[in-house]
Amino acid sequence: MTRQELRPGSYDDLQRLMSLMTGDEKHSNAATSTLDVLWVLYDRVLNVSPDNVDDPARDRFYLSKGHGPMAYYAVLAAKGFIGEALLRDWGSFDSPLGYHPDRNLLSGVEISSGSLGHGLPLAVGSALGLRAQGLDARVVVLVGDAELDEGSNHEAVELAGALALSNLTVVVVDNHSATYNRPGQIAPRFAHEGWHAVTVDGRDHAALEAALTKRTDRPSVVVAEVEEKYS
Amino acid sequence: MRDPRATFASTAAQLVEEDLSVALVYAEISGQYFGEVERRHPDRVVNVGIREQLLVNVGAGLALTGLRPIVHTFGSFLVERAFEQIKLGFGHQDVGGVLVGSAGSFDISAGGRTHQASGDVPLLDTLPGWRIHVPGHADEVEQLLRTAVAGDGRDYIRVVSQQNGEAFPVTPGRFHVVRRGTRGTVVAVGPTLSAVLIAVAGLDVTVLYASTIRPFDGHTLRETLDRPDVVVVEPYHAGTSARQVGDALADVPHRLLSLGVRNPELRRYGSPEEHIAAHGLDAAGLRASITRFLDRAERAA
Repeated sequence: MTRQELRPGSYDDLQRLMSLMTGDEKHSNAATSTLDVLWVLYDRVLNVSPDNVDDPARDRFYLSKGHGPMAYYAVLAAKGFIGEALLRDWGSFDSPLGYHPDRNLLSGVEISSGSLGHGLPLAVGSALGLRAQGLDARVVVLVGDAELDEGSNHEAVELAGALALSNLTVVVVDNHSATYNRPGQIAPRFAHEGWHAVTVDGRDHAALEAALTKRTDRPSVVVAEVEEKYS
Repeated sequence: MRDPRATFASTAAQLVEEDLSVALVYAEISGQYFGEVERRHPDRVVNVGIREQLLVNVGAGLALTGLRPIVHTFGSFLVERAFEQIKLGFGHQDVGGVLVGSAGSFDISAGGRTHQASGDVPLLDTLPGWRIHVPGHADEVEQLLRTAVAGDGRDYIRVVSQQNGEAFPVTPGRFHVVRRGTRGTVVAVGPTLSAVLIAVAGLDVTVLYASTIRPFDGHTLRETLDRPDVVVVEPYHAGTSARQVGDALADVPHRLLSLGVRNPELRRYGSPEEHIAAHGLDAAGLRASITRFLDRAERAA
C-alpha cells in the first residue's frame, strides 16, 4: 500500500497506528487476534463515538481481555477517542495508556481490565442497569477463549441466560489459546444456558457485522475464530 | 429490640421503594426478607443465586450505569471470597456502592470457621476509600444504611446480631465520647460497647464509641486524650486499627493494647457468647486485659 492510499481513520491505517506502539513496521493486522472484531464493532455496530461517550443511552463496549491492548488503542485512535500522539510512549509513567486499559485515565474506555474473568460479570450488571432504567442501549463484552477458564464467567453465563438479558452480547475471540481447549465447544456451552450462539470467521468483516448486529430475545454470543496463537 | 439483620432488610426494601436509582443485589442469603420487594421491583432487586463473584461485579456493573447498588450476603462470602471483585469492580473502576456483610465473626459460631468472617474489615482496609461501618444497634443499622445509600461513595456495613443496650446517633467520621477519665482511653467499636462499659466500671478511663471505624476519628482520640494509654476493642481481627492509632498519635509517646478476634483458628462450635468469651471480648475478659494493661503502663511510667 502506498501513502496515497492510506486514509486516516480507516481500517488500513490501523497497522501504522499499532506500529507506533510496537515499533515494528512489519507487524501485520492478522497478528493481532482482536483487531478485526474491534474494528467492526466501532466502525459498524456500536452506537458510541467521541461525541456521546457520556450519554447514558450509548452502547457499552467492555474489553474484558485487557491484555495486549494495542489493537484497542489503535481503533480508539482511528475513531478519534484518543490522540494518536499518545500511542508512542504507551506504558510509560506519564502515559494514560497502560498495558491494561484504565477507564479513569482514558475517555472512551468503559472498564478497567487486566485481571481475567471480570468483564462479563460487570457487563451482566450493566445490562441489568440499562434495562432497569428503560434504556435501549446494549453491552458488548470481548473475552478471549482462554479467559473462559475463569469460573466467574460461568456464573455470569448462567445468570444472563436465566434472566434473558437480550441487551448483552459476548464476543469470544477464539485463537485456541486455552490449554484444554476442544474445538467447537465454546458456542454450545453458551447455548446450553439459553444463549443465542453463533460461530463466525473472526477476520470476515461482513460476517462479524451480521452476527454482532443481530438482536434476539436472549443474550447472544459470537465466537470469532481466528488463527491459532501457537500454531 | 429489633433484629439488626431484619432491620437492614426492611430498610433496604424501603430504599428500593423510595428511590428509583437504588438497586439491591443478593446471593440467596436473606432471601426470606426480600420476596415482596423483589416481586414489586424485579428490575432493581436481583438474586444472583449462589454466585458471590458475580454478586459483587453485578453490583459494580449496575453502578457503571449510574444506579446505587446495595450488595449483600454473609461477610465471609462477600468480602473474603469475592475480594478481588471488590478491589477491581468497585475500587479500580472507581464506582460507588454499599456492601452489607452480615454474620460477622460470631453470629454463626456453631457453623464453624467457614461462616466466621473476622477478616472482612482488615481486608477492606487494604483498599483505599472505603467507609467502614460497624453498627452496634439495629437503629444504627437503619441510620447508617440510609446515610450510606444517600451518598455516592464506597461503604461497607457490617451487620451482626450482637447489640449494645442503647443506640447512639450516627455521625460517620466522628467518635462518640461516652465518658471521660484520666487513666487512659478505651475505643469500643460497634457491638463491643456494652461489654466494654461493664468491664471499665469503676475505672477512671475515657470511653469512645465508634459505629464508623473508617475513616478513623484520630482527631477525637487526640482531643480527649489524657494519659496516652489506648485500648482499642474491635469485634473482628485484633489490631485492625493499630496503624490508625499510630498515625493519630505519631508525635505522642503512647502505649496501645489491641483487642479483638485473635488469629489462631479456634476450631470450636458453640454459641456466639462462648466465642466472644474465648477471644477475651466478654466483660470479664476485657476487664482482665484492660486492668492489666493500665496497671503495667502506670508502673512503667
